[in-house]
Amino acid sequence: MQTVKMVITGPYSSGKTEFISSISEIDVVKTEREVTTKAEREVKDQTTVAMDFGRITVDDDLVLYLFGTPGQRRFDFMWEILAEGMLGFVVMVDSAKPETFREAKSILETFRAYAPTPYVVAANKQDHPDAWQTDDMRVALRIDEDVKLLPCVAKDKESVKNVLLELLYSILEEMES
Amino acid sequence: MQGNLRDVSLTQVLNIINLSRKTGTLVLYEAKKTGQMEKVNAEQERERIEAGAERAHIVFKEGKLVHARIGEQDGNLVTVLNKSGKLTDGQAKIIRERTKNVNDKAIALKLIGANYVTQKDIINSIQQYTMDIVYNMSSWKQEPFRFQDNVMPTVERIMVPIDLKNVIIELSRREEMLTELNNFLPDLDRPLKFPPDLKQKFQGVHLSVEEWRVVSYVDPKNTIRQIAKASNMSDVEIRRVVYGLVQAGLVQVVEPAAGSALQNSSGRRARPRPKSSNVQADVVNRLISKIKSM
Repeated sequence: MQTVKMVITGPYSSGKTEFISSISEIDVVKTEREVTTKAEREVKDQTTVAMDFGRITVDDDLVLYLFGTPGQRRFDFMWEILAEGMLGFVVMVDSAKPETFREAKSILETFRAYAPTPYVVAANKQDHPDAWQTDDMRVALRIDEDVKLLPCVAKDKESVKNVLLELLYSILEEMES
Repeated sequence: MQGNLRDVSLTQVLNIINLSRKTGTLVLYEAKKTGQMEKVNAEQERERIEAGAERAHIVFKEGKLVHARIGEQDGNLVTVLNKSGKLTDGQAKIIRERTKNVNDKAIALKLIGANYVTQKDIINSIQQYTMDIVYNMSSWKQEPFRFQDNVMPTVERIMVPIDLKNVIIELSRREEMLTELNNFLPDLDRPLKFPPDLKQKFQGVHLSVEEWRVVSYVDPKNTIRQIAKASNMSDVEIRRVVYGLVQAGLVQVVEPAAGSALQNSSGRRARPRPKSSNVQADVVNRLISKIKSM
C-alpha cells in the first residue's frame, strides 16, 4: 500500500485541527494538552503539542494522511519530522487576527525551506465579521500572485475540500511542468 | 479591514489600499493599554491594546489619498492655507469670522477672486497638509485601526487626489530613518559626555535651540531619557538631536560597562533538509477524484 502525506501548518489557533477533523474519515488522532498560560487559555483550552493526524483512504492501494503541526514554536522540532516526504502543505491563517500574520509568514518560509513542495495558503475563519479580505491578506502577508491564497472556513467540509483540491492541482501542475 | 499598527505597519495598510483601489476612511485610534495579556504567537505574550478615542482619519478614493484629519484639527481650507503660509494669522482670523457656515469650495472661489491665493496655491497647500499628516504618523507603531469602506467625510472638503505610491515611498524612508535612529541609540538610559577636545570641537559651530537644550544637560549623571524629559522632547526627537550631535563629534554616548556581553541571537540548529516526496501524477489524480467524491 502506498501512503502519501500532506502537512497542515499555521500559527497557534489558526484552525489546523478543525481543518483536518472536517475531512478525515477517522476521528482525528489528537495530541492535545491543556494550555498552560493564561493568555493561551483565553484563545482556547487545548492545544496540539505533537501533531494531529487524519486519514483519507483512496482505495486498497492508496491512503492520504493529513498531519497538523503544533502551532507553538517550542514544538517546532516536530515540524521537520512532519515535513519529511510531504506531497505539499497548507498554511492556515486566521483571517480575523492580523497579529498572527507575521507568524504565519514566518512558518510559511520555514516550511518552504524544509522542502520545495507546492503549497497553498488558506485564509481561515472567513465567516468571522472581522475577517480580512483575501486580497488584503495577500498584500499584508506579502504572498506572490502565483501562490494560491484561498478563502476557507475550516469547519465547512466543502471549503476544506476546495483547499485540498487546489493544493493537489498545484502539485499536478508542477509535476507536468 | 481592522487591526493594529503593531502587527501591520502604516505603509502596509496604505499599500493594501493602493493596490485594492479602496474608497473609504481609515480611522486610527489611540492605543489604550488594558493591563491584560494576549498572545503574539505561540510563545510570546504582550499587553493587549484596545481602541481608545479616534486619533486620525485618512480618506481615500479609488486608492488615492484625498483627505486627512488629525486630532481636533478641523482641516478646513483657511487652516490649511494659514499653515502653508499663504494666509497670515490675521487674515485667517478675519476670513474665518466672515465665512462661518460657508463651505471650502465657496471660500476658495472667494479667495481666488480676491487675489489672496491662486488655484495652484490651494491645490499645493491641501496636498502638502494632507501628506504632512500622514508623514507625521510614521512614528505611530501601536495604534489600532479600522478601514470603513465607502465612508467619506460628512463636512464638504476640497479633495485633491494624491498618488499613494509616492506617499508610501516617503513614509518608508521616514520609517527607515526612525529604525536607523533606534539602532544607533537603542538604549536611552545611557548618559552623554563631551569629547576631550571640547573647545576645539565647538569653535564656529551654530547649534539649534533644541541642540543647545540637550548640550546644556550633558553630564555623566544625566541619562538621555532624563535629558529628553527635561527638554520636553519625545524619544524620536531626542534620538534625532543626539544623533546629529554625535555625528558632528560634539558629544559622545557613554558606553555600557565592560563585561555586559551582548546576548547571542538564538540561532537554530542546522539540520539536514528533509527529503521531499517522490509521487507520480497518477497518484495525485486518484487523490483528486477521491476528494471530489467525498
